[in-house]
Amino acid sequence: MNQRKWREWAISLPSMGWLVFFFVLPTLLVCSIAFRPRSINGGIGEGWTFGTWLDVLQPSYPLVVWRTLWLSAATTVICLLLAVPVAYWLARLSREARNWMLLLIILPFWTNFLIRVFAWWSLLHSEGWLKHTLVWMGVASPDTQLLYNEWAVLLVLVYTYIPFAILPLFASAEKFDFGLLDAARDLGAGKLRAFMSVFIPGISQGMITAFVVVFIPALGSYAIPEIVGGPQSEMIGNKIAQKVFVDRNLPHASALATLLALVVLLPVIYSIITQRKQKRTGGTKRQ
Amino acid sequence: MLVSIGVMVFLYAPIVVLVIFSFNDSRYPGAWHGWTLRWYRQLLEAQSVEARDIWRATRNTLSVAFCATAISMVFGTMAAWAMHRFKTRLQSAHQMLVYAPLVVPDILMGISLLMLFVNMSVNLGLTTIIIAHTTFCISYVALVVLGRLQDFDHTLVDAARDLGANGFSVCWRILLPLLGPGIAAGGLLAFTLSVDDFVITFFTAGPGSTTLPVQVYSMMRHGTPTLINALSVIFIIITFSVVIFSQRILQKRDTTHPHI
Repeated sequence: MNQRKWREWAISLPSMGWLVFFFVLPTLLVCSIAFRPRSINGGIGEGWTFGTWLDVLQPSYPLVVWRTLWLSAATTVICLLLAVPVAYWLARLSREARNWMLLLIILPFWTNFLIRVFAWWSLLHSEGWLKHTLVWMGVASPDTQLLYNEWAVLLVLVYTYIPFAILPLFASAEKFDFGLLDAARDLGAGKLRAFMSVFIPGISQGMITAFVVVFIPALGSYAIPEIVGGPQSEMIGNKIAQKVFVDRNLPHASALATLLALVVLLPVIYSIITQRKQKRTGGTKRQ
Repeated sequence: MLVSIGVMVFLYAPIVVLVIFSFNDSRYPGAWHGWTLRWYRQLLEAQSVEARDIWRATRNTLSVAFCATAISMVFGTMAAWAMHRFKTRLQSAHQMLVYAPLVVPDILMGISLLMLFVNMSVNLGLTTIIIAHTTFCISYVALVVLGRLQDFDHTLVDAARDLGANGFSVCWRILLPLLGPGIAAGGLLAFTLSVDDFVITFFTAGPGSTTLPVQVYSMMRHGTPTLINALSVIFIIITFSVVIFSQRILQKRDTTHPHI
């Protein structure tokens, strides 16, 4: 080994070693524990089994998986729908105004995540201020339950992830050449038409990033459905925690985690493929 | 424009309500019983068991954040330097290792680390939380420092070497001063992420090693929200002033050194 090679290894080894030992190894461990039986005292037993997977595929789980998928998908769609106009608006502001607005958008997210969820919890609470206002306005009846359902979970998910959608979309919108919109208008396209067929494709890179950074963490949500959701709005994350802390069934929790990891892999692979494709077509255009 | 105003209201409404209700003289979140400062007094003078628990959790949170930040600043900077300087197959593997924790949901990271610790029969406590936090902080530090390295002038290193500097003095007198702001920014990000983390901590914490987010969670579950209101407002004031203060410094630097 020459000296350069040796230097490269020496400087890469600490981070690589740490990540292999505390990230790759545990992930593989979870996959393997999913095939182990459970021991009587709540630990991991000897030998290998497929039994846990048969339990995981029982009828109640497809519903939880389905709910996790649609809640995450709905969160992503709503976040994108709200974030695209905001990104467009931000990109057209003056430099100084834009910096202040960006700071204002990020600022709430420097407060603790749980405190923000708690703020919604106390707003939606049956004795909460929002409920009282709705009853007073005659929109809700005194026994309407705003908390502990899928809509509350969806609302707080959107609230939590919307800045993650705004930032990448703004980054693409900032690079977008707004002269193209005027060109489209000059060529006879309506306002909406110009927006949809020129601006939206122009920020597609930001859309893909926004999709990944909203959809994937939403799939793994745990705290939000735990606090503002009820038994009827559990997601995979809640089931995993329940198996660890309540039922003390580690193999079962591992099987669920493996399932979640597989679901997460799909959008990652999708985004890698689309990015490759874009790179390839972009490359041919330039030639 | 209209959507943007709507989004702004949506972002700030819950926080405003939270601040107002921290001055509410009632044990319950809904009914308004007039203004009071008693929750703040109870918290700051550590009058109740809960208030003392909060202070202990604050100490734990800060010590975890300091340790995790320190370790990840060193490892993350080394990782960024390696990925930037060497374009080999080893470094593409390295890059994948560094990016992967950013994509994986918190709960998967939490449960896999828990399984590792259970398997090795390690007692859960502050050390396991520090290990867990360091694992995700390394990636963030590496990412921020890598961004700074994109416009780093490598001829400076070559020049120093030509002038007879050894590896150590190149590191100490050229790399660290030039990369300092990037490393500090990465460290700041790591620190906030560590203080903010709930899910991964929840899985890797043992009895007696409660951090602030975990403490807030258990208080929420066991119904003493009024103290959390006051605590949140103190938190919000601290974070807002730190962010605005650092923004001021950055802007000042922008105007004094327009060429950077």
